[in-house]
Amino acid sequence: MSWRRLWAIVVKELRQMSRDRVTLAMIIGIPVIQLVLFGYAINTNLRGLEAGIADQANTAGSRALVMDMLATGVIAPVASADTPEQLVAMLRRGQISIAVTVPPDFERRRIDGRPVAQVMVDGSDNVVQSAAAQLAQVPIDSATPDTRAPLISTPQGGPISIVSFYNPQRRSAVNIVPGLIGVILTMTMVLFTGIAIVRERERGNMELLIATPLSSAELMIGKVLPYIAIGLVQVTVILALGRWLFTVPISGSLLDVYLAAGLLILANLTMGLLISTRAQSQFQAMQMTFFVFLPSILLSGFMFPFAGMPKVAQWLAEVLPLTHFLRLIRGVMLRGASLWELWADVLALVAFTAVMMTAAILRFRKRLD
Amino acid sequence: MSVNGQGVAIRARGLTKRFGELVAVDHVNLEVSSRQVYGFLGPNGSGKSTTIRMLCGLLTPSEGEIDVLGLHIPQQAEALRSRIGYMTQRFSLFEDLSVRENLEFMAAVQGVPKARTPARVKELIEQYHFGDRERQLAGTMSGGQKQRLALACAVIHEPELLFLDEPTSAVDPESRRDFWEKLFELADAGTTLLVSTHLMDEAERCHRLAILNRGVLVADGTPTELTGKLEGRTFVVDSSDPRRAQRALVDLPEVLGVAQVGHALRVLIRDGNSGDALTPLRTALANVDPQAVMQSAPPNLEDVFVAVTREKREPQERAA
Repeated sequence: MSWRRLWAIVVKELRQMSRDRVTLAMIIGIPVIQLVLFGYAINTNLRGLEAGIADQANTAGSRALVMDMLATGVIAPVASADTPEQLVAMLRRGQISIAVTVPPDFERRRIDGRPVAQVMVDGSDNVVQSAAAQLAQVPIDSATPDTRAPLISTPQGGPISIVSFYNPQRRSAVNIVPGLIGVILTMTMVLFTGIAIVRERERGNMELLIATPLSSAELMIGKVLPYIAIGLVQVTVILALGRWLFTVPISGSLLDVYLAAGLLILANLTMGLLISTRAQSQFQAMQMTFFVFLPSILLSGFMFPFAGMPKVAQWLAEVLPLTHFLRLIRGVMLRGASLWELWADVLALVAFTAVMMTAAILRFRKRLD
Repeated sequence: MSVNGQGVAIRARGLTKRFGELVAVDHVNLEVSSRQVYGFLGPNGSGKSTTIRMLCGLLTPSEGEIDVLGLHIPQQAEALRSRIGYMTQRFSLFEDLSVRENLEFMAAVQGVPKARTPARVKELIEQYHFGDRERQLAGTMSGGQKQRLALACAVIHEPELLFLDEPTSAVDPESRRDFWEKLFELADAGTTLLVSTHLMDEAERCHRLAILNRGVLVADGTPTELTGKLEGRTFVVDSSDPRRAQRALVDLPEVLGVAQVGHALRVLIRDGNSGDALTPLRTALANVDPQAVMQSAPPNLEDVFVAVTREKREPQERAA
């Protein structure tokens, strides 16, 4: 590995980019346009949300209420806890997205007509919030068939109160903007590097380059480095606009946001490189990019809730970098989690990058045949 | 491998390349001495580019052995890369980089020492007359200027061996002359050059020459050796009706080829037909144009090309 040759590639890429107005316009234009377009909500109902349950009353009535909630199919219990505090911790780690607490004075509240249970919702995923609304419709009377009368006099509002954590006003932009960072990076980063090598092949530059001592790794890494900077510029544009137009909060550390974005950028760039070594023309590279981009948007949990997908689709989604990034960025930006707490998704992105880069370098032959 | 400076730069034996059914290069044997300008002459699709690509290790041969600068190719291709320069058929520098940027990029990639680079780039800009346009983007230059830049980039690391694949196909005659001057300067300085071309006048300039046709090496030697073999077989016919004269001559068994050059016809006759063979030609000519004059003319490389490509083919066709 010669640093001089690597640097020569980086400088060349940056010079070419600075003279390519269309690419320059895309770097800034795509984030701005997408942010404005997606600034509105995507709302759907869903089923099978991971839920944590703390039934502190543990009476026949409270158990019946919990069973009824489960019967709606909206939530699936994955953990039980003794106190609401434990549930909050699980919620923050992203282990559960809904927490149901039945307080010790459940029976008294029911008689008094006060809310009998609390559903805590991970507001960083806006679809989960709307699902929680369904839970509030669970009629208490069916849970307590023997004491029907007092419940009919339930006062205004549902018998179960819903508290949205991390997005109290339920503004969809708050959920969309962090996800949009991932979507925009997936689209632009894969495309830029996907085209990078094919373009040189089409223009005939590649035949010259492979006849020189330039190594595959130097070429690949030299092509990726400039785009990391471009990706981080895009992240900054989205964060700044998100803050300015939609007042999206950043609960976690800004450094973690950039680190997470950096991981996704690398994963996407290396995937683009792999596409580049396969595609015969720029048009093919673009097709392959969209072949990756569409499932990313649909399966990652950006548009449709991850929890609502069939198992096979979930496995597929686990392979996509965007899925892991969404978990990271929602955790960091909205729930204030640290990357350390979300180590599994960090690891997934790192592994993805390593596999893609190795495959790209191995696949790239300094031969014409 | 090199014996007192006149060693062998390239040696290939039984070099063959198949693309599926197509045999692009068919058992070519080749020997190129160093410090020479060696020409590859042949029509489009004759396997010139494929051969060059195999020699510099960009294509893997289907069969055969290659030795370039004492290295086994393609096994040792990586070691060869820093010692050769390669100028591709298509302009392959970066059109959106300036002259200077292209030179600097190639200097870095070819491993010209960092301290030496500014001086070397300056030197090439002067030698190749880019003084007034070193900041111009390569894509905006003329065909001749692009080729000059491509050559400057190909020699930036002072390679021992230079491959040039049809370097002047998109260049006007004036630029072509200048370009060839540069090639001879390089050869004088000790570089071996392998140049492919389909232009006869360019082939005539080479020290030695190989003629390729349909992937087969049909002749090689110095231009004088090659044309010398055709002595006494080439004639020029002046006729007032060259089209009719051509039709009268072309089917005679003694005639190998007739080509119209302006008002005249250039006639190549078969080997072993000198002297008495001219009688049927004169008779045929007199029938269509009594005023026609036939004179002996010195053979050129085009005649050589016609002779080797037709004579190699016809015995088989007759046998069939």
